[in-house]
Amino acid sequence: MVKVYLDHSATTPMHEEVLKAMNPYFVDRFGNPSSIYLLGQEARQAVEHARSQVADLINCPAGEIIFTAGGTEADNHALIGYALANKDKGRHIIVSSIEHHAVLETAEFLAKQGFDLTLLPVDNQGTVHPDYLKEAMRPDTILVSIMHGNNEVGTIQPIQELAEIAHQGGAVFHTDAVQTVGKIPVDVKDLNVDMLSLSGHKIYGPKGIGSLYVRKGTRVASFMHGGGQERRRRAGTENVPGIVGLGCAAEIARQEMAQEAKRLQHLAEKLIKGILQSIPDTYLTGHPHNRIPGHVSVCFKYVEGESILLMLDHMGVMASSGSACTSGSLEPSHVLLAMGYPHEIAHGSLRLTLGKSNTEEQVDYVLEVLPPIIERLRAMSPLMK
Amino acid sequence: MYSAKVMDHFMNPRNVGEIEHADGIGEVGNPVCGDIMHIEIKVQDNVIDDIKFKTFGCAAAIATSSMVTEMVKGKTLEEAEKVTNRLVAEALDGLPPQKMHCSNLAADALHQAIQDYLSKSRSAE
Repeated sequence: MVKVYLDHSATTPMHEEVLKAMNPYFVDRFGNPSSIYLLGQEARQAVEHARSQVADLINCPAGEIIFTAGGTEADNHALIGYALANKDKGRHIIVSSIEHHAVLETAEFLAKQGFDLTLLPVDNQGTVHPDYLKEAMRPDTILVSIMHGNNEVGTIQPIQELAEIAHQGGAVFHTDAVQTVGKIPVDVKDLNVDMLSLSGHKIYGPKGIGSLYVRKGTRVASFMHGGGQERRRRAGTENVPGIVGLGCAAEIARQEMAQEAKRLQHLAEKLIKGILQSIPDTYLTGHPHNRIPGHVSVCFKYVEGESILLMLDHMGVMASSGSACTSGSLEPSHVLLAMGYPHEIAHGSLRLTLGKSNTEEQVDYVLEVLPPIIERLRAMSPLMK
Repeated sequence: MYSAKVMDHFMNPRNVGEIEHADGIGEVGNPVCGDIMHIEIKVQDNVIDDIKFKTFGCAAAIATSSMVTEMVKGKTLEEAEKVTNRLVAEALDGLPPQKMHCSNLAADALHQAIQDYLSKSRSAE
């Protein structure tokens, strides 16, 4: 049976080279990087090599990379760590309303601890306008966190301008770049951010590993307490195989990104055009051009997302949706609602995210099987008059 | 996540559509929560002679709608009124817990259709 994986924003298969790089560090080179003998020092070297590979991908000194147990931990570390270490300067935090839950829930946790939280609105294409941030800034604002690329609708934010506004107001700027690192150039100096989160398994690396970039001089409280690992910022024996895997994935991404982005963009454009042409009452969600390469997000009127996913799955196509049924809550995607889509349209959302394994033939296949699925569900829908 | 019976009724729903000059119509749910079930019945000598549904919603919503039509077709109104959402879920070998509430309203839509028929026939008398 045909298998088409179109959920690369959820996770990616690990690159063969990454697996090869990791393999020795499970059994043969199992040493603890904190140990003084050669076995330990080999592991230390591997960790530091990986650190410079990750640093090279986002253009920062290796010393500004902290390894974490993934993107979620990096986000938690940035927000909680910065807020706690700087609460004497102010208690106001600003995040956008379309952040990943790793940022949103962390910000809400801080609000419960006595911090003041402002959620920034977005326009109907999912962009946070610099003006919105300007209006929200206060003398006691210490931290602004706005994601680089949105996971659900693919919109890329004007991070440079937003960071500039935060800095002018005396706040530091964090960005969750889990969806953009390895897909488009992410240069922390260019973006002028103080903290940035990234994840291994979104860039063909292993799960359970990520990084937080922290610009030198940015005061962040330790996230895990214990040993002195990661310059006392993140205690716990290093996940050496994971770190090596992330480093290798970062290196491959740096080499392949430009060409792969072009290829994915072409495929995504074909997919978007084909869907909009063949299926009436369909909306492209997110920014029409300023979006993550390979990211396709649409809403079909009159039908519900989970039903679309199950029928696609039956045809071998794996995708995702922001419908309530798939989010495990009664509410559809907070991102689509923040963008102003009514509930009934948000329920009919479909996200197709392309990656390395996808070919033009697969795009053609999706364009062949998707329209009859929507037609079938619409024929069943009482909303379709 | 779903039982084989749910998937069967979702992929091959029974009695989809509308009835011309239906004797009773029922509709429950709303687009905000993502589930709407619409059921139409034709009644002959106190028996559900024909029944059709249209549903907007997830697989559970479609499968419960399909199942309820199958359970009551050819049954008397009294028998049909005894069919509950719970019995529909059981007939499908169960539903995931989070689907028991909003996606399991097909029997309610059926009961509304029966009530609609009864009130119409009463006012016709």
